[in-house]
Amino acid sequence: MAGFDKRVASYEEAMEGIESGMTVLAGGFGLCGIPENLIAEIKRRGVKDLTVVSNNCGVDGFGLGLLLEDRQISKIFASYVGENALFEQQMLNNEIEVVLTPQGTLAEKMRAGGAGIPAFYTATGYGTPIGEGKEERVFDGRHYILEEAIKGDFAIVKGWKADRYGNVMYRHTAQNFNPMVATAGKITVVEVEEIVEPGELEPSQIHTPGIYVDRIIQSTFEKRIEKRTVRS
Amino acid sequence: MALTREQMAQRVARELQDGFYVNLGIGIPTLVANYIPDGIDVMLQSENGLLGMGRFPTEEEVDPDMINAGKQTVTARPGAAIFSSAESFAMIRGGHVDLTVLGAFEVDQEGNIASWMVPGKLIKGMGGAMDLVAGAENIICTMTHASKHGESKLLEKCNLPLTGAGCINRVLTDLAYLEIKDGAFILKERAPGVSVEEIVEKTAGKLIVPDHVPEMTFDE
Repeated sequence: MAGFDKRVASYEEAMEGIESGMTVLAGGFGLCGIPENLIAEIKRRGVKDLTVVSNNCGVDGFGLGLLLEDRQISKIFASYVGENALFEQQMLNNEIEVVLTPQGTLAEKMRAGGAGIPAFYTATGYGTPIGEGKEERVFDGRHYILEEAIKGDFAIVKGWKADRYGNVMYRHTAQNFNPMVATAGKITVVEVEEIVEPGELEPSQIHTPGIYVDRIIQSTFEKRIEKRTVRS
Repeated sequence: MALTREQMAQRVARELQDGFYVNLGIGIPTLVANYIPDGIDVMLQSENGLLGMGRFPTEEEVDPDMINAGKQTVTARPGAAIFSSAESFAMIRGGHVDLTVLGAFEVDQEGNIASWMVPGKLIKGMGGAMDLVAGAENIICTMTHASKHGESKLLEKCNLPLTGAGCINRVLTDLAYLEIKDGAFILKERAPGVSVEEIVEKTAGKLIVPDHVPEMTFDE
């Protein structure tokens, strides 16, 4: 069935069309809510020279850290990196270009990218190295810098539940950057834990409406925990 | 005696007010959550998208989809809300968070803060710190007053690259509680047993010392 049915049968199909040199936006915060199987598929395909936009870059051997192993990433926009040794090494060797971006600015860049807003003014980063070379303006006595939107060739997203029309719900704090990422890809691919029948998801509870989504795939997830912290 | 980390957290906690939404940074600020005064209710905001952060989970409650901005497993308290990163930073940038507490390497008398990079050392990124300092009206910086070598971190002008310009109005160090106003630090309180002279000596920026500088008191 075609029409609004966004389901694909395999990861190969899910990432069909990705090529070297493309920009890939990835959801997730740390290892929480990352599209781990879609990342693994990018690794399998061996595409190179990718520009990746993601809050972090995974850890050694997991998440986006996997793409460092074969030097598939040439540039990354992130707010916090260096949770893995390989990343640090590639950064120090200038093998990977890192554009450190304030976390809220990163989220807003993708939100704007998906919403047809080419740039926006923000106070974040004014008077710091982040503001250098950027247009400045004063509104109501406060200084702002102009930040440009980000769009991607591919957006890879981790959802919880979706229907086959591509309406997506996220679970707990695994939401994070995923909804913005989903809006800003030319091709948006969402992997979820469960695909349900249209009508099963409460329409007002849907986080990402299907209009943003091109492909949906159901899978299982390791969901690795970065810092397991418990109370005694 | 210089304040311990726990005492610093206790002192900051006295600035909490009933009904405050509060963002606590990593390190000493995180400890503030342990000293919320009895009888007041505050909601902790975690910038990965959680308003109403609860306690750490029990072993049974651990959920990989439930973490805080420090990437630690956490729980949500009753009445919590969970949302996207854009929504989270709309709260922060829109000035809706009542109090932000974060650490710093240096602050200066103009309210500038440097907390995210030391040139020549490995730079890991600013995370949400630049958004937090730009968005909040009400920020408390927690830091040591001077480096291990005795060099002041309360300066006339920050040496390190800034996190934010002109945004800090209160600083709690291990020696003193200060306000920043009109291009100067104002000494408001001193740590128990720490002399005004020691604070003066360890403050490189312009420091205004009122006639009376009360000593902080701590229980037990």
